[in-house]
Amino acid sequence: METLVATPEVRTEHAPITAPKMSMRNLDFYYGKFHALKNVNLDVAERRVTAFIGPSGCGKSTLLRTLNRMYSLYPGQRATGQILFNGENLLDATVDLNMLRAKVGMVFQKPTPFPMSIYENIAFGIRLYENLSEREMDERVETALAKAAILDEVKDKLKQSGMALSGGQQQRLCIARAIAVQPDVLLLDEPTSALDPISTAKIEGLLSDLKRDYTIAMVTHNMQQAARVSDFTAYMYLGDLIEFGETDQIFLRPMRKETEDYITGRFG
Amino acid sequence: MTTRYSRRLFVNRFNLVMSLITMAFGLTFLLWILLTLLQAGFHAFSTDLFTQMTPPPGSKGGLLNAIAGSVLMATMGTLIGTPIGILAGIYLAEFGSRGWLAPVTRFINDILLSAPSIVIGLFIYEAYVFRVGHFSAWAGAFALALIVIPVVIRTTENMLKLVPDSLREAAAALGTPQWKMILKVTLRSVRAGVITGILLAVARISGETAPLLFTALNNQFWTSNLDAPMANLPVVIFQFAMSPYSDWQQLAWAGALLITMAVLLLNILARTVFRQPRTR
Repeated sequence: METLVATPEVRTEHAPITAPKMSMRNLDFYYGKFHALKNVNLDVAERRVTAFIGPSGCGKSTLLRTLNRMYSLYPGQRATGQILFNGENLLDATVDLNMLRAKVGMVFQKPTPFPMSIYENIAFGIRLYENLSEREMDERVETALAKAAILDEVKDKLKQSGMALSGGQQQRLCIARAIAVQPDVLLLDEPTSALDPISTAKIEGLLSDLKRDYTIAMVTHNMQQAARVSDFTAYMYLGDLIEFGETDQIFLRPMRKETEDYITGRFG
Repeated sequence: MTTRYSRRLFVNRFNLVMSLITMAFGLTFLLWILLTLLQAGFHAFSTDLFTQMTPPPGSKGGLLNAIAGSVLMATMGTLIGTPIGILAGIYLAEFGSRGWLAPVTRFINDILLSAPSIVIGLFIYEAYVFRVGHFSAWAGAFALALIVIPVVIRTTENMLKLVPDSLREAAAALGTPQWKMILKVTLRSVRAGVITGILLAVARISGETAPLLFTALNNQFWTSNLDAPMANLPVVIFQFAMSPYSDWQQLAWAGALLITMAVLLLNILARTVFRQPRTR
């Protein structure tokens, strides 16, 4: 980090708050008439993991789906307010959604391999944006698979169908597919909730590597997971952002009574 | 408690027996038809069927021109109808969630799907044959295409509707344009089902008589002229079976067996070879 301001004494063992990569300002979201997010203000820090926790229906997935405008696929869903990303409000009607999604990748709760070979699953996204020679493409595919910690398991069967892999492997394939496009931000919507504990551990381990290159925002049902892997945690309830801060602070010294009740299991 | 339970057992057994009886009833007639067909048709089976033209009454002959005409017109009907059907099916499944056009199209397609084929034959007669002034293979192909279209629309739409939205979202999350998402991801994931639908449509049109009676009519001779009347198996069977000549009747049986076998083969093909190897 830069030492433009010489204040070494405030440095803690925690990572300091970095520049925000995405900033939500007065964000409201509606499913038709239903008001699902209420005036959310929050910064997603660059190259950190930000976790969203809260009981079912609290709006954490909805919030994640505003960050790449996934909701725009469905008529009747709309967001108001601002989400600043690279100096632009990505909620603007003029934003090119495909270009936005090239910069903001997403991995879903259930693994979603495409009906093609493992190799093609990765190459598919790259081909959308780049025209590479066969050798360059091979390299890119391999790099992506390696970054998602799945290369060793699939390198001898790249021509096989991606659908034939196990659930945990499919999910890492989807992560590889997302990062192959070289996005800035990675959105993970409960990426391990359909996986067994071993696959979950692999993906959690992967996140600490990935955050060196990517800004990560993830939704999780599992509070221990948020505590283990995230740098910042946001607790949401019924569409309100109740509390947001560094993960250690949220879990050890929550400021709000509601947060404390939730993380200690008295509620939720 | 025990009376309730024994009542349940009885109801279960009763229903099982009833469904077995109805199944046997249906299968009996099916097997009866197949056996009659095999018996009568096999009797008339010979290599002449595939080498000789349809004969005048009293002389020897085969069904070559009718077989060729049927294959040609069914192929053309499929080639014309399939792209239209697939594109319309894509529209209904992938774009049809908003607006009034899709529900209206779907409703009309349902009517077309169950329209008697004789109505389709008459329509082409009125719309094409009458205007051109003569029967032709083209008219036959158009009529068959009109039967293919609703079948393919329906199967394509139903298959695409089975694709989970999560797969569409996954493609969209990479920034995939919608046309590419449909061609490379959703349509591809239901390829087997769509092909099955096309094969079933082919099976359906290969036995249709009424639409060809008013359009392609018949031809006693070999022709490759698409603008002229063309022989085809269903109409030949219709004509020969109604005739008083026993050698014509024999040929009609052989033709019926031929069509049935072809349809059976197509159905088996559709259900085995192109079945989805893995279910999600």
